[in-house]
Amino acid sequence: MNRSVLIEPCCSLCTHSPGRPCPDLITCIQEGPLCHDDDTCRTLRAERLETVRRGGDGTVLFVGAGTCGRANGALHVIAKTKSYLEERSVPARLVEVGCVGFCQREVFVDLQKGDGLRLSYCDLTPDNVDEFLEAVFEKNELRNRFLYGRYGEAPGYEDVPLVADTPFFSRQTRVVLENCGLIDPASLDSALAAGAFAAAARALTTMTREEVCDMVAESGLRGRGGAGFPTGQKWKVALNTAAHQKYLICNADEGDPGAFMDRAILEGDPFRIIEGMLIAAYAIGATKAYVYCRAEYPLAIARLQGAIAQCRKAGLLGANILGSLTDLDIVIKQGAGAFVCGEETAILASIEGGRGMPRPRPPYPAVAGLHGMPTVLNNVETLANVSGILRNGPAWFRDLGLGEAAGTKVFALSGRVRNTGLVEVPVGIPLREIVYGIGGGAPEGHQIKAVQIGGPSGGCIPDEYLDVPTDYGKLQELGAMMGSGGMVVMDERSCMVDVARYFMEFIRNESCGKCTPCREGTTRMYEILTALTKRPVGEEIQRLERFRGLLHLEELAATIKETSLCGLGQSAANPVLSTLRFFRDEYEAHILEDRCPAGVCQGLRTYAIDTATCVGCMACKKVCPAGAILGERKSAHYIIVDRCLGCGACVDACPKQSITLVA
Amino acid sequence: MSIVINGRELQFRPGETVLQIACRAGIKIPHLCSLDWSPSPSASCRLCVVEVEGSPKLQTSCTLIASDGMVVHTHTPRILKARRTIVELMVANHPPDCLGCHRAGTCELADLARELGVRPRQYVGIKKDHPLDISSSAIWRDPNKCVLCGRCVTMCHQIQGVGAIDYIDRGFRTQVGPGFYKGINVSGCTYCGQCVRVCPTGALMEHSHVDAVVSELGDPNTVVVAQVAPAVPATLSLGRSKPPTVPVMLEHLAAALKQIGFAAVFDTAFSADVTIMEEATEFLGRLQGGGVLPMFTSCSPAWINYVELHRPDLIPHLSTCKSPQQMAGALIKEIYPKYAGLEDKRIVLVSIMPCTAKKYEAEDLGDVDYVLTTRELTTLWDRFGIDFNKFEDRLPLDPPFAEATGAARLFASTGGVMEAAVRTAASLAGAETPTAPLNEARGLDEVKCFTFDVGDTTLNLAVVNGLGQVRTLLEEGPADLHFVEVMSCPGGCAGGGGQPYGTEAADLHRRLDRIYDADAHAEVHSSHENQSVAALYEQYLGQPLGEVSHRLLHRTYTDRSSGVLANDDAQTKRGARAGAGAPH
Repeated sequence: MNRSVLIEPCCSLCTHSPGRPCPDLITCIQEGPLCHDDDTCRTLRAERLETVRRGGDGTVLFVGAGTCGRANGALHVIAKTKSYLEERSVPARLVEVGCVGFCQREVFVDLQKGDGLRLSYCDLTPDNVDEFLEAVFEKNELRNRFLYGRYGEAPGYEDVPLVADTPFFSRQTRVVLENCGLIDPASLDSALAAGAFAAAARALTTMTREEVCDMVAESGLRGRGGAGFPTGQKWKVALNTAAHQKYLICNADEGDPGAFMDRAILEGDPFRIIEGMLIAAYAIGATKAYVYCRAEYPLAIARLQGAIAQCRKAGLLGANILGSLTDLDIVIKQGAGAFVCGEETAILASIEGGRGMPRPRPPYPAVAGLHGMPTVLNNVETLANVSGILRNGPAWFRDLGLGEAAGTKVFALSGRVRNTGLVEVPVGIPLREIVYGIGGGAPEGHQIKAVQIGGPSGGCIPDEYLDVPTDYGKLQELGAMMGSGGMVVMDERSCMVDVARYFMEFIRNESCGKCTPCREGTTRMYEILTALTKRPVGEEIQRLERFRGLLHLEELAATIKETSLCGLGQSAANPVLSTLRFFRDEYEAHILEDRCPAGVCQGLRTYAIDTATCVGCMACKKVCPAGAILGERKSAHYIIVDRCLGCGACVDACPKQSITLVA
Repeated sequence: MSIVINGRELQFRPGETVLQIACRAGIKIPHLCSLDWSPSPSASCRLCVVEVEGSPKLQTSCTLIASDGMVVHTHTPRILKARRTIVELMVANHPPDCLGCHRAGTCELADLARELGVRPRQYVGIKKDHPLDISSSAIWRDPNKCVLCGRCVTMCHQIQGVGAIDYIDRGFRTQVGPGFYKGINVSGCTYCGQCVRVCPTGALMEHSHVDAVVSELGDPNTVVVAQVAPAVPATLSLGRSKPPTVPVMLEHLAAALKQIGFAAVFDTAFSADVTIMEEATEFLGRLQGGGVLPMFTSCSPAWINYVELHRPDLIPHLSTCKSPQQMAGALIKEIYPKYAGLEDKRIVLVSIMPCTAKKYEAEDLGDVDYVLTTRELTTLWDRFGIDFNKFEDRLPLDPPFAEATGAARLFASTGGVMEAAVRTAASLAGAETPTAPLNEARGLDEVKCFTFDVGDTTLNLAVVNGLGQVRTLLEEGPADLHFVEVMSCPGGCAGGGGQPYGTEAADLHRRLDRIYDADAHAEVHSSHENQSVAALYEQYLGQPLGEVSHRLLHRTYTDRSSGVLANDDAQTKRGARAGAGAPH
């Protein structure tokens, strides 16, 4: 555990210790000392802060080593860098930071010089890191091919663009992610130096619970987990429900395919979540809090564990926090891998030790939740917004959003788009701005077809509707939903039937199995969609079943939507309904013409042999796994379409390039 | 306060659900998962959805608390369509072997399909394919027929507090069963059978002995005799428009059973009287001799299983008396051949019980060869063409185990053993035999604690109505108890796991009325006044707790707690045969 330097007294006049908490501790660290007027102390404190902000004395290398960075080899980059520095006795420190958000250009390494110069480099890999280190430490070529941008003044490097001015970042408004990738997430000092816990201290020591709730309500913050329930309103319900024990739960069971906002925040700035939880727990009167985090996020859990331990040691968690008589303990509860455990009542069941199955609402958790007690469940990103609201006021937060909307939203932009990564934008920004502006549009030579937003609960929005603002209501009108923030861009190479099938398979596997429509209905929908992606073989009845299936799809979708118990089921049909709405022609091509316009559905693909060029070498016949190719040696071969699996093995085997795809 | 359902204005009490109000008013809303006695509906089947004016979503009426002025529609086209689709989805994942299913004719899924106009084969695709679980001698499971309504889980967890089965796996592969796909024999199941009684389909069943009994009846070399538990005539009498009394019903039963080949029919209530003699004596011995107190009754085999599997620390507290079924078994096997001059014959004893756990008990302790539940008896009637509700013949029950007192009839109800024991214990202790009904012990309260004076001694007594309340008593009840009656099933044997299928609490109340009526109209009220019992002690047994009765009527208990979902040997013995331990 990192030892906190900032928390140490400046002189004997400073009496703070976790056992005897000083209400002014945080302000004192960031602006102090307050209780006595001493220039030496003030200088000492300012110097400490400055050192922490720089990550230490001398040269520091900040390596983006979140899970995404590690997937790109960050740990190898770190290992290689370490041995490089050791071998050459270069006086530089290495600090692991979270993801700055531009996942595509990972691994990011920031070089921090002792004089405050901070330059950001990207595209590093274990293979090219030596070249980078050589350039920086031997040739002193700070302007090398890896240079991405600069932070701050950077004298002598004014011509290098500020990171914030680069195309990927310039359209973003970074509030929740402001520290991610910049500060050391394993160090309380780093967070304190970046201003953490000032808002919590203010709330706990100078505001009533009602005032905190009011402020959050006034800000217009809505749940960022998907449903968008007004956060302040939820808090007030819990606050106004009398009980001897109340609970706060941070929902970190991020499970939507393609969504990783919460992970990035937990890995890059865990203290922000703890501060948010501290404020929320105070606002509702909870003394016990849980972080329900999926076990598939080991790094996030480790960072959080470390952060909680440091906060406990510093007296920022535990009993009588900052002398405010507020108690809070945070426990991490790991989810065992069920998607449905992101549903709030399923989380309650899981924490209680039961099977993670949703239960009917009402009663809502804010009235009767964990162990029957008032419980507020907030998503990670929601809680990450809280400190900012308290620090800067509700008006500031409202102004962040566009139009009616308030605040920012982090999206995980992925798929067929030039720039992928985490983007934080004002709520209400048009989707087109994100996809084309920040994402840079489709890769060269391709055309964006649709954007899938909201994961398995969301829908596909076609290119022509991308001017829709990212607003809870507007997205729902298009059959999608804000969701937790997964945003998958698709171009003409994606088959919308296949996309719908993918999500339906996900749901049929992840349904908790409790209620009939979701458990049984999604399987039937999945089977119908699977049948559409395959050529009906032989009997006419199969063809009829496929037709009937299309009729059933809409009927099933309606019943599942109307009668399912929880949000998972109620929204399970959205991917199908939205693709049916906007891409009906693709469904029709699959059914009526046995054709997948995108060429994705292998079961509909088939090949033909050009009899003019076929020499009858039998190579294709040998590799065909389905026995679909007939023909004698030295005479032209042909493919029996009904037997063909569409695998394309014959194409690769043919020495004469006689076999081609039949579109 | 009033609510409008389908245009009818209906009054309601605060806290009532729309489903309850509608049911009372004769509006039938289909529902599979909710139970009359469940405190919190699981709302899993989604069939009871209704439309509420002003709310865009369909809502489940089982969870919808009525509010004043609420306007509800229960059978609109939108609802009918949704309900039909849901049942069609259930049917699509259900085996098509209705003709060979033991629930043919009583299957709630089939009823729903017919009522909602389900189109067969509307959805086709994969079906679940789980192995049968025949690992136990009492309860079998066919997870393929399960519609996952969760009634059994509710009974096992919320009502009985056992938790032997639960939902396992997820998504389409979800099933209900013991943990880790193991057999129910190692699940900690007490075989109380409450899950079976509420199952709407053929997914849960008793291990049926009907075929075996039919086969024994056809064997010329065996003498098949029956004993009938007191809850059975009380239950069956309600099938008739003018329910006869319990003794009359027993005579109908005796006649019908002899019609299909039983040689003799005995009354288990007789051995209940014997049980009281032994148990009251044992209790007084413990009380006066400083034995382990409180003493718990031992009549309910699921309760014995519960102790042996989950609370072995309570074993010293259990009465060592066998249950009336096993006492009757021992006495019939020991005495009847000599009595009837059948010593060269093979006697086959069939118990007719409201209970599934009795099957396990019979296998465990012997003497009783087969156990038929009340439900299986109906199957037996069907097999032999007996239209029992119209069957007017009567025959007396067979001596020497024919006479029974009102006290013994009470064994079928919660508190009944306590009431019977108190009567005799008072007499044995030299006090006056109480004659008035012991109302503190009667009724469906969950835990009934009261005191009773026997001479100078004040006894602290408790009656536990259902296994789920054992913990309540132990954790919240008084500390200085002397005697505790535990019946595993809510309501006692009248609500037993072998009783007719159903989810309505009203049936139970009617059965209890029949039982109390039988006591009220009995000629003899106390077990120690049973002349046949007195004769039995005189001729065979000597004294209660004497040497012979010790051999025939008492038993020991085993700590089986280590076998609960842990002991692999137990698992392979039966589980492998069932294929229930197959890895997925």
